[in-house]
Amino acid sequence: MRQVIIIGSGPAGYTAAIYAARANLEPLVIASSVEAGGELMNTTDVENFPGFPEGIMGPDLMTKMQEQAERFGAEVLYDDVVSLDVTGDTKTVTLGSGAVHEGEAIVFATGSAPRKIGIEGESRLSGRGVSYCATCDGFFFREKVIAVVGGGDSAMEEATFLTKFASKVYVIHRRDELRASKIMQERAFKNSKIEFVWNSAVVDILGEDAVTGVVLEDTVDGSRRELALDGVFVAIGNDPRTHLVHDKLELTPEGTVWVDGRSSRTSVPGVFAAGDVIDPTYRQAVTAAGSGTVAALDVEHYLAARGEASLPATDAAQIDGLPAADPATV
Amino acid sequence: MTAKATTSSTWQQDVLDADGPVLVDFWAEWCGPCRMVSPILDEIQSEHPGKITILKLNVDENPDLAMQYQITSIPAMKVFKQGQVEKTIIGAKPKFALEKDLESYIG
Repeated sequence: MRQVIIIGSGPAGYTAAIYAARANLEPLVIASSVEAGGELMNTTDVENFPGFPEGIMGPDLMTKMQEQAERFGAEVLYDDVVSLDVTGDTKTVTLGSGAVHEGEAIVFATGSAPRKIGIEGESRLSGRGVSYCATCDGFFFREKVIAVVGGGDSAMEEATFLTKFASKVYVIHRRDELRASKIMQERAFKNSKIEFVWNSAVVDILGEDAVTGVVLEDTVDGSRRELALDGVFVAIGNDPRTHLVHDKLELTPEGTVWVDGRSSRTSVPGVFAAGDVIDPTYRQAVTAAGSGTVAALDVEHYLAARGEASLPATDAAQIDGLPAADPATV
Repeated sequence: MTAKATTSSTWQQDVLDADGPVLVDFWAEWCGPCRMVSPILDEIQSEHPGKITILKLNVDENPDLAMQYQITSIPAMKVFKQGQVEKTIIGAKPKFALEKDLESYIG
């Protein structure tokens, strides 16, 4: 029986693992058999995670986080959770390999998955010209004409990255202004291979065995036209991965796992959640990491209240012999 | 047992002229999900040595084959029978999902 099982291996999962390990809780991290490391594994330079003035490659940052967690005693399993039972005091996690693990507490940090447009042709042509990962598939579009659908930072980064391979990159966006950060917008605007297609929604993706183009609908006047393309990269945001818990934990109207205020406590005692799976708004690596800390500290308090771990100090001042802070506000 | 590599120069005898089904795993060094799927395919090969042959093809070293088979996303796995592509699996999947996809070959 584990004290805590952490489901997820992105910044939230690993930060929770670091803190839990340092609190001697010997966490088990279920890291996914093929998607370990989370969304940052599919990105190149991460320039906005604090502490890296030269930037750091997404996969390298995740490798470091995993090393840090393992250094303090976290155990990482490359396997997938296929079901969980959180009804009793003992939580049970069943993995794809068939292994079953029991824990006193769970940290649910499964993150978010790339959102699909949700149109015909999209699933059929997924992997045959429709892609959700520029760094993964850009290689195959050398000297081709492709499009990135989206208007946020990810779309800008993907479009800019893809100009390394493609002869032309269209950025197709529903509105006439981007929601990307200014610096990312400027980079894209300055790139001569990128052409913006404004006020356009992709309503169909064309092609038999491979993508040949898309059908665009003007979001202002409703007119339609076809655009010939060799590839379509979808970068319209992410949806929280709640399929394992949607019938077990309360969800918010946005579809994320509900947590109590700024804590990580879900609607089920002993189950805590962190990262993109609880955050419909900010969804940054560093905000996910921060929420992983919150989860680990909440787990610690939970276990201590059940008598499983020694009570942690609520305030540094308390350790120093000064008046303690009110634990309710910690 | 690690699955063996195939290349453009050995493709004909390794894949097209082979007797039973051959699964070719198209991969590259820079492809994270490819590296995660690789050991899973090795396990499947070890567990079903007679039923299917699993070979790995590096797309950086053999871009001609990647183009010929219209690879636009990796990992991509293609099962060949009598020189023809009988099945295509695109994207990294956990072992139980791959075993399900390959059910008709590995039983």
